[in-house]
Amino acid sequence: MKVKNSALTLDATDLEILEALQNDARQTYTAIGKRLGIAHSTVYDRIKRMEQYGVIEKYTAIIDTDKIGAKNITALMTVFTDPKESERVAEKLCEAPQVLEVYTSLSEELLIIAKVVAESQESLHTFIANSVAPLPGVLRIRTSIVTKKFKEARFSMVNDPKS
Amino acid sequence: MKEETTARILRTLPREKAFYFFTSIGNYTGESAISFKEFMNKINEVSVKSLEFHLYRGDFEKWIAETLEDPELTSEIESLRNQNYSGTALKEQLYNILTKHYEKIISKF
Repeated sequence: MKVKNSALTLDATDLEILEALQNDARQTYTAIGKRLGIAHSTVYDRIKRMEQYGVIEKYTAIIDTDKIGAKNITALMTVFTDPKESERVAEKLCEAPQVLEVYTSLSEELLIIAKVVAESQESLHTFIANSVAPLPGVLRIRTSIVTKKFKEARFSMVNDPKS
Repeated sequence: MKEETTARILRTLPREKAFYFFTSIGNYTGESAISFKEFMNKINEVSVKSLEFHLYRGDFEKWIAETLEDPELTSEIESLRNQNYSGTALKEQLYNILTKHYEKIISKF
């Protein structure tokens, strides 16, 4: 399998390195090389190249918010918009720290789907009433508060439906 | 009521200070009001569910007190809230209070 990313073509070894990093980004080049049967210097070179080309955007920590006592609520907000204003509404939503993800979608109407976190239902409502409803082009909003999370994962080489 | 006060209550507000009608947490109906007159008219257009949601959260009182700056109407709405009306009876009572108050202030303008 080969993947092209602008000027960089990824081969099977690159993809295996990415998969290894997605499983554990803190493992050493030697450990990755050993598992893949390649030299640690090769792993180093390829990782550096993928960092330079932006294939690897950053290394981060996944935090269990329950364990640090953060009592946040998560909501999925669907914003129905005037098609002429939807890009601008989506961009404004992206500026808000409470908004974690923003997508546009076309079903029967053009809509924006956003994942929002808030300290409480009241603060969620205040945010939507004061900062989302007044945006020009917002026609109406439907919000679903998440009651239980069954899965949350980022795209991974491991769960790529094509592989 | 002073002319200045009446004018303030009846003024057209910027969009960010409008009243936005919701039916529950985060569920915006698409209806909003940028003046007292428009707010009064919207009471007949929005669902009873929305009116119940806002009245019993104290949203109407808060907006009337802080944005329209009308203490007399604020206490009338507070009094209505304490009477525990619901459904169409609530809609009628609320609309009556608003129209009476509107006519009263308009007559002195």
